[in-house]
Amino acid sequence: MQASSKPGLSVNIVTNTGSVIHGEAAALAMRMTISKVNFYYGSKQILFDINLGIADKRVTALIGPSGCGKSTLLRALNRMHETVHTSRLEGEIHLDGQNILAQDVTTLRRRVGMVFQRPNPFPKSIFDNVAYGLRINGIKGSTSEMVEKSLRRAALWEEVKDHLHKSAYELSGGQQQRLCIARALAVEPEVLLLDEPCSALDPISTAKIEELLVELKNLTTIAIVTHNMQQAARVSDFTAFVLTGQMIEFSATPQLFTTPSDPRTEAYITGRFG
Amino acid sequence: MATSGTTLPNAGPVTGSRSFLSRLRDGDEIARLITMVFAATVVLITLLLVYELWTNSALARAKFGLHFFVTQVWDPVIDQYGALPFMYGTLVTSAVALFIAVPLGIGAAIFLAELAPPRISDTLQFFIDLLAAVPSVIYGLLGVFIVVPLMRTVIFPGLNKPLGFLPFFKGPSYGVGFLTAGIVLAIMVIPYIISVSREVLLSVPRDQREAALALGSTRWESTWNVVVPFAKTGILGSIFLALARALGETMAVTMVIGNVPTISASLFSPGDSIASVIANQFTEATGDLYLQSLVALGLVLFLMTFILNGLARLLIVVTTQRGSGVPT
Repeated sequence: MQASSKPGLSVNIVTNTGSVIHGEAAALAMRMTISKVNFYYGSKQILFDINLGIADKRVTALIGPSGCGKSTLLRALNRMHETVHTSRLEGEIHLDGQNILAQDVTTLRRRVGMVFQRPNPFPKSIFDNVAYGLRINGIKGSTSEMVEKSLRRAALWEEVKDHLHKSAYELSGGQQQRLCIARALAVEPEVLLLDEPCSALDPISTAKIEELLVELKNLTTIAIVTHNMQQAARVSDFTAFVLTGQMIEFSATPQLFTTPSDPRTEAYITGRFG
Repeated sequence: MATSGTTLPNAGPVTGSRSFLSRLRDGDEIARLITMVFAATVVLITLLLVYELWTNSALARAKFGLHFFVTQVWDPVIDQYGALPFMYGTLVTSAVALFIAVPLGIGAAIFLAELAPPRISDTLQFFIDLLAAVPSVIYGLLGVFIVVPLMRTVIFPGLNKPLGFLPFFKGPSYGVGFLTAGIVLAIMVIPYIISVSREVLLSVPRDQREAALALGSTRWESTWNVVVPFAKTGILGSIFLALARALGETMAVTMVIGNVPTISASLFSPGDSIASVIANQFTEATGDLYLQSLVALGLVLFLMTFILNGLARLLIVVTTQRGSGVPT
């Protein structure tokens, strides 16, 4: 992955305005690189020539107004877009230097997990929700230990340990979302994608999840889509700003929010549109 | 936050302060009354039905009592009537029908909802809806001209030779009988199972499928482990709809069951069902006891449907509780 990381990063550096990612970032290994990606639904083009790197053990945020294509970009990272028949992707996406489009999709998705906009636990018990991924992937070892570990990582264990066999639907929305995170973590993905994970949650649950994300980056690589700019500023190390399917700016989060190099980025983060 | 400056006038108690008359004028009350009457009609018709069946079977109930349920004789000559062979026929033919139709119907529904391209799925659905609308007498003809000969030439030898040691497949076969009726019923109820199950499967939220796929499930794993369990209640509903249809089906069954009140373990044996004996003998029933015994049979069928429906609901309640529930 080291070999592929440099070109991936250098591609990002020349993004439109030629902004350079400084210091720490430049030395980072990229877990995933997205090169020259064009994306279509039928004849409608959604993404235009996107280049991006997802740094290892860091949080990368994708921000932009509704309908800008940021979720589509995220869903391409574990080929979730393929559930829509008319979708078409051009370009290359690499995970650890390997082209994900040439891989077995189920293996890829086990390595690149996903948490969705609305909490979507299965209508099963809390335990079975977390154990589901372990079972279908035939992961050996003690299921209950793995379930406990995942629930602890998702900061949910203390709240549910006494009723693991209750229905997941009896949990609150915020708890359900953390359960979904635990479910995704159980198969130990190398990359975790989160598609606006807090948009259906109250502020307290949101705060909990943000706190959790910061802790999780020691464990895994995270890419998060959000239209909440404060959230991106709070949790991410790098931020990419997407507008009408184009990558406008990609840099370290403090830099993007304090000294954006593109006037459109500045207009968006200061709330002039979006 | 944006609305903090504007106050909503009297947001709360508006509904309470309006009089019956003003609601009547606005049409709300009229709509409520009219729709309520319509809804009440359903209850009324059910009660009327039970009342009619009850009063018109008074003679039979007084003469046979609970023995009606366990008597095997049905003989107008000696004026002896028992419901047992007909209850048996109704239950056996319905069971055979579900045994065939449930796996076929659910399998087809899974294909249509999950695996087939939308265009194929919609085209096939059109044919399925068409099948559901075919009058039952047509299915009866199909039974008489195709299933009955097939039974004699293919199905009976095919099952009797290897499995003839089992009581279910003992000969001889006349073509007509429990199995034939069950097969025709299966053909009739499959469209119901497919239609309803497909609808239910299609209504499973997309994010359930995606959650499973994102964990590395194959398409089939996501369908079988997540989508189908999520739709379980609705699929069970489609089966009960099919069962209700099978229990009460008259015309097609009459044409292929043989119309002999027998209780035999062999599925090749001719038999009779409640609905078909009522249809066959009602016009020729001379004598009050004969006629009232037929009405009593109707009451029995009503009761059976009622009990099976109740069990079905119980099953749904039990399985959803154990299966940790479907979101409400």
